[in-house]
Amino acid sequence: MRTLQKFHGGVHPPQHKAESNCLPILAAPLPKRVIVPLRQHLGTPAKVHVKIGDHVLKGQMIGIANGYISAAVHAPTSGTVSAIDLHAIPHPSGLPDLCIRIEADGEDRWIEHQAVDYKTADPDTVRAVLRDAGIVGLGGAAFPTYVKLNPGQQGKIRTLVLNGAECEPWITSDDVLMRERAAEIVEGIKIMAHLMQPEKVLIGIEDNKPEAIAAMQAVCRSVNLEQAANFEVVPVPTLYPGGGEKQLIKVLTGKEVPSGQRPLNIGVVCANVATAYTVHRAINHGEPVISRIVTVTGNVQRPQNFEVLIGTPLGEIIQLAGGAAADTSHYLIGGPMMGFDLTNLDAPLTKATNCIIAASPALFPPKPAAMPCIRCGQCAQACPADLQPQELFWFSQSKNFDKACAYNLFDCIECGCCDYVCPSHIPLVSYFRFAKSEIAMQNCEKAAAEQAREHFEFKKQREEREKQEKAARMAEKAAAAAAAKAAATANGEAEDPAIAAKKAAIQAAVERTKAKKAEAAAAASTNTTEPS
Amino acid sequence: MRVQAGEEANEKGAYFGLAMLTAILVMVLLAVVLGAILGFASVKFKVEGNPLVEKVDAILPQTQCGQCGFPGCRPYAEAVASGQAAPNLCVPGGDKVAKSLADLLGVEFQPVGGAEGAGPKPKRVAFIDESACIGCTACIKVCPVDAIIGSTKLMHTILIDRCTGCELCVPVCPVDCITMEPIKADLATWKWRYPVFELKKAA
Amino acid sequence: MSSPHILTAGSKVSTIMLLVLVALLPAIAAYYFFFGPAILISLTLASATALATEAMMLKLRSYPVKFFLADGSAILTGWLLALSIPPLAPWWLIVVGTAFAIIVAKHLYGGLGNNLFNPAMAGFAVLMISFPAIMTHWPTPLMLAQHPVGLAEALRYYFSGALQGVNLDAVTMATPLDTLKTQLSLQHTVGEVKHMPIYGSFGGKGGEVVAAMYLLGGLFLLQQRIITWHTPVSFLVTLALVAAVFNGINPTHYASPMFHLFTGGAMLGAFFIATDYVTAPTTPKGKLIFGTGVGILEYVIRVFGGYPDGVAFSILIMNAAVPLIDAYTQPRVFGHNT
Repeated sequence: MRTLQKFHGGVHPPQHKAESNCLPILAAPLPKRVIVPLRQHLGTPAKVHVKIGDHVLKGQMIGIANGYISAAVHAPTSGTVSAIDLHAIPHPSGLPDLCIRIEADGEDRWIEHQAVDYKTADPDTVRAVLRDAGIVGLGGAAFPTYVKLNPGQQGKIRTLVLNGAECEPWITSDDVLMRERAAEIVEGIKIMAHLMQPEKVLIGIEDNKPEAIAAMQAVCRSVNLEQAANFEVVPVPTLYPGGGEKQLIKVLTGKEVPSGQRPLNIGVVCANVATAYTVHRAINHGEPVISRIVTVTGNVQRPQNFEVLIGTPLGEIIQLAGGAAADTSHYLIGGPMMGFDLTNLDAPLTKATNCIIAASPALFPPKPAAMPCIRCGQCAQACPADLQPQELFWFSQSKNFDKACAYNLFDCIECGCCDYVCPSHIPLVSYFRFAKSEIAMQNCEKAAAEQAREHFEFKKQREEREKQEKAARMAEKAAAAAAAKAAATANGEAEDPAIAAKKAAIQAAVERTKAKKAEAAAAASTNTTEPS
Repeated sequence: MRVQAGEEANEKGAYFGLAMLTAILVMVLLAVVLGAILGFASVKFKVEGNPLVEKVDAILPQTQCGQCGFPGCRPYAEAVASGQAAPNLCVPGGDKVAKSLADLLGVEFQPVGGAEGAGPKPKRVAFIDESACIGCTACIKVCPVDAIIGSTKLMHTILIDRCTGCELCVPVCPVDCITMEPIKADLATWKWRYPVFELKKAA
Repeated sequence: MSSPHILTAGSKVSTIMLLVLVALLPAIAAYYFFFGPAILISLTLASATALATEAMMLKLRSYPVKFFLADGSAILTGWLLALSIPPLAPWWLIVVGTAFAIIVAKHLYGGLGNNLFNPAMAGFAVLMISFPAIMTHWPTPLMLAQHPVGLAEALRYYFSGALQGVNLDAVTMATPLDTLKTQLSLQHTVGEVKHMPIYGSFGGKGGEVVAAMYLLGGLFLLQQRIITWHTPVSFLVTLALVAAVFNGINPTHYASPMFHLFTGGAMLGAFFIATDYVTAPTTPKGKLIFGTGVGILEYVIRVFGGYPDGVAFSILIMNAAVPLIDAYTQPRVFGHNT
């Protein structure tokens, strides 16, 4: 039995898992139209790879990975590209983003695709396949998986952690996936383990999912026996946010990911079990990420998990669960602790959307008015990052961002534990998000100002240089003119005889004239003397 | 009795005299020691250059627009640091920058542009109506950050990422084809808002 | 609305305040049992004054009055002050103290959550400095009293300032701590003094039971996770340790640790006042430093100072140091080395 570590704080919100995890995964019918956002992952959005009017096949790449931290997107079904424009997406901002709309032709015809033998292939090739299959972390942050599965310069990877904790209340998509498709998940884990060559593989599952634990353990046992692998399923205590990457790594390995660094820095790689499933589909079947399991729960008629094509409008997915009850006030994307309000039911399902909750005032009572902070410290006791939220709140509220940073605001994982326990009902995480995005923006502006300064200096230098060059050119011209003149003078001196001759000639002419005048004068004088 | 009292008084006087002398000596000694430390520190930790200029320059938005009356942000920073210019002349920075500069210099904050004040303007960038552009290069010459590309008789265009929104190019265009357009809010520039703190709900 | 979308059920400021009030009830019951019904009058007066001044200040500051009155913090301040001052006193004493606590110490500092000093203790300090004579007249425990003061008589004294048949000195006396200090200055030993009738098994007669009830209430708050162990434990342990050292050096002149723990306001201070959220540190290490500081100051003021007890002043002094303590005791953050 592995000895588990603890992380500080955490809370026990009501689970609400039983509503949706009793029924098996149901495959959703083919939608008439899919809307595929190009930004479904952390990093640069994918680059459009089709034109309006193109006919695309299921699984065809329609957005190509753009840059290192990026991933491709694919046509979830066959059909015709009808538009490439801004469309509502599930995002807390409610802002639209660039999406490719495909009108399904109903044939759902696959593009030609094939498995890759990952054991013989070059690891870089396998990673490229993962990138082009659009594999991203399905736990929530949607970080491109091929980047994560690159040990790089780090060398030895000690532990590969598979995250099956699913600590958020209401969500059961990983739970049912592990129950029903444990073998496929483990195939995916094998591919990841092959790429990373870790010393051990730990699959962390919260102990409120005994069926999932049993299913995964059964598969791992046989895989370990047959293939001398060392996959260990570790039930971890149910404590939110035990499925946070850093928290799960701490619980399983006892190591803390240093602030501002990635697990790779301590020789750990952590991936979601659902991601492992998509890795298996991509490598062993050649299928890119074009569908996912999503929990539809809360105030709906039949809460259940569905396997839905990416790009399916969320409103249609809610209808699959029998539609929302009459007193539904709004919808949440993700869980109640970290999820956000859905502003538009036309927004499509994305790779990171793991849960849709229909909310009613009975299930999610409106927050009472906030009182002043009384410094009770319950938030600090609940914080899984060992922060002092009451201090961060004070600084964020007064926009004292330097102080907020000094108190490690950026170590906040926005899990919501502090809000959850606050007796004054202060929206602490909202303040932290505000402060974080404000600081990020200020840093951006600072960098932009720095750039502008450089450009300005550069332009000034260039102008200075141009002026100098101009001056130099002018000087050169002047010098050339002067030189020509000087040269002319010098030449004159050199050709002395000619000029001398000329001068002599002129001189002679002048003399001659003078002589003539003198002669004439003499003659005149003689003439006048004669008569006298 | 009387004599005794007098002696006592004398003694007291002498005592107080001594105490005073000691006190003065201690103070003098203290002054000397502290003075020596200060002098040593001023030599040892001497700062080269004028760090204030750097600090002021770091606060300025670097739009290089010249609306302060100085040719660029750095010259303005130098003027502010040396006390030759008021800290509330930066128009693009608005009251926010004026406030930071006032705090830095320890002077009273004065709003930009007189009493009514000016918030930082929403960030805008120049936009060239390319159908109207005659390719005169006038704008290219005035752009302080080389954000306009093009050449004589050829259409000009703005590099949005470089444009600081200084508006210097707007007045020089002979055909008035440059306008300032606000940057559209998108996911890359989206920010979380300040939470509404429902404390004072109507008394 | 941004996440999280759920809150802990029933977690409210008013719930916390209510639980603290509940935790005070056993001590109030013991108070009533040993010292008569006068305490009920002072609690009532304090509550009324607290609510009235709180409402007035909220109105003046244009805050929602009903919303904030319901949080219970004003009543708690009133109760803590009433339990700290003599229960048999003119009506205006408790009114002045409570009004000062709410108006000056709480609202002029920014209201709930913003005050630097504990309002109840600030009110106590004002009364102690302004009306020292009244503040030393404590009712005699009922089992020692020849003339027990009933409810009607207490009421009469409250509002007319006179008792029927007896004068105030006949029904009141100095506190055990005060008596000890006076007697020690008269060259008696601790042993001799402790044989006086007002002393019980380890504290003052009656008073030690009240102190035990504060301890009980404090344990209830710990169990309810309203307070953490850091402040009361460090406070009481420090007080006991310092007392033990002096007691060890000279037992004839310095009372035992037990005596110090169970007399005066030590228990009330440790569990109910030094643990006040707003004016105490929030970090665990900070709470330990705070409690230790209060413990040392408490002993020093009590034994060497001019006042019979030092809880209020020691807490007020440490209150002033709280921002500094918090700033220097920030715990290690996840993923950081130091």
